[in-house]
Amino acid sequence: MSKENSKPKLKMAVYWGAACGGCCVSVLDVHEKLFDVTANADLVFWPIALDTKYADVEAMEDDYIDITLFNGAVRNSENEHMAKLLRQKTRILVAYGSCAHMGGIPGLGNFSSKEAILKQVYLESSSTINPGPVYPETRHEVKEGVLSLPEFYNDVRTLDQTVDVDYYMPGCPPQTERLLEVFMAIVNGSELPPKGSVIGALDKGQCDECERKKSDNKHIREFKRPFEIEDDGETCFLEQGIICMGPATRGGCGCRCIEGNAPCRGCYGPPDDVPDPGAKMMSAVATMIDSDDPDEIEEIVSQIADPAGTFYRFSLPGSILRRKINTDI
Amino acid sequence: MEFEPTIVSFLCNWCSYTGADLAGTSRLKYAHNIRIIRTMCSGRVDPTFVLESFKKGADGILICGCHPGDCHYHEGNYKCLRRYHLLKKYIKQMGIEPERLHLEWISASEGKQFAELVDRFTGSIRELGPSRIKEVVNTLS
Ligand code: FES
Repeated sequence: MSKENSKPKLKMAVYWGAACGGCCVSVLDVHEKLFDVTANADLVFWPIALDTKYADVEAMEDDYIDITLFNGAVRNSENEHMAKLLRQKTRILVAYGSCAHMGGIPGLGNFSSKEAILKQVYLESSSTINPGPVYPETRHEVKEGVLSLPEFYNDVRTLDQTVDVDYYMPGCPPQTERLLEVFMAIVNGSELPPKGSVIGALDKGQCDECERKKSDNKHIREFKRPFEIEDDGETCFLEQGIICMGPATRGGCGCRCIEGNAPCRGCYGPPDDVPDPGAKMMSAVATMIDSDDPDEIEEIVSQIADPAGTFYRFSLPGSILRRKINTDI
Repeated sequence: MEFEPTIVSFLCNWCSYTGADLAGTSRLKYAHNIRIIRTMCSGRVDPTFVLESFKKGADGILICGCHPGDCHYHEGNYKCLRRYHLLKKYIKQMGIEPERLHLEWISASEGKQFAELVDRFTGSIRELGPSRIKEVVNTLS
């Protein structure tokens, strides 16, 4: 460390729970700005990039780490253990990305159950031969000792259903520019927003940010899948009969999907005043259906093939109902 | 002990609530299981209200509004009807019996119809048995 840079460096950790790895890569996506990051912070734990072990984290004092970006949902006992351990060792714990924030894509596992998933994977999938049948065991004794595996949970959980969370940074993955802004704000000692805030995103909704042409009265008589229309590239997706999560989604992502001519899928989660993204979508979409005839309404609604999976694609574990209640219905 | 369902009901101020009031002033007897919440219009019943009610232990939810064409705000009840169909589809996907949610039009003069509806709906939920939603949603497994 050079003399003029005498400010103590921040200690930062990045960890993944049930995640795809994209969030960790989004951190790498700072490209040459990585030098700004490393000039101001020491990365003390980051499994995708550094060979630090869990034992090294366990050896740290409490609150040793200034900021941890925890990405991924909590799916098994290892994720839970690490969430608790990092909570204990960290001053500012950030739920980073859709999975830690609301459950994300792994959260779609809440449409199923532990039993059904294990059965599918270890018994029924066509490439599996398992006459035992043998299922993963959390503990297995061999002559050399005991082998262990984390326990797979029935429920996928969000980070804040597991430990206390200071901030949420949404996105699948969060936009790297937003991460840099937040990071530099912390480095420069700016006043941080109140605990529990969503950071690195806007308060307003996606539709306010979207530049496509919108009329005040949307009249939808038919819902379609994107491949069924010839998108004109400028009219609101909903007005073309395509489900777009804009009305129930927070802005701040830079409308990347929409600019790529794909409807919003809702990875930034709902704005502050929306408790449940799906409920908001049901409300919004119902307002747009252009029919007063009960049979016709039923017919139009039936064109939305999978409301649960579409409206809660990134947010099932964090939603009001959280999971499928009865897997037999 | 016989299962006593908890029924949460949203009634619009202008027709259905007045209809329920008429049932009361006419001294009609109907199932005591119902908890009535007055909203200004059935179009005010946000799907969040329905989901939260289930989460907090409702075994059945009954929404009532003005008959088609009679909504005080012109088309609130149509909005309600569209939301209702979407909600039905959604709760079925979530493993909740769709019969636990019901929508019916009750006018200000239909006190008798309201009383009968409450009895009928309560009976059907009693037959369906207790909802597991509250227990499942509130316990991580
Ligand atoms: S006022 Fe009764 S349904 Fe709108």
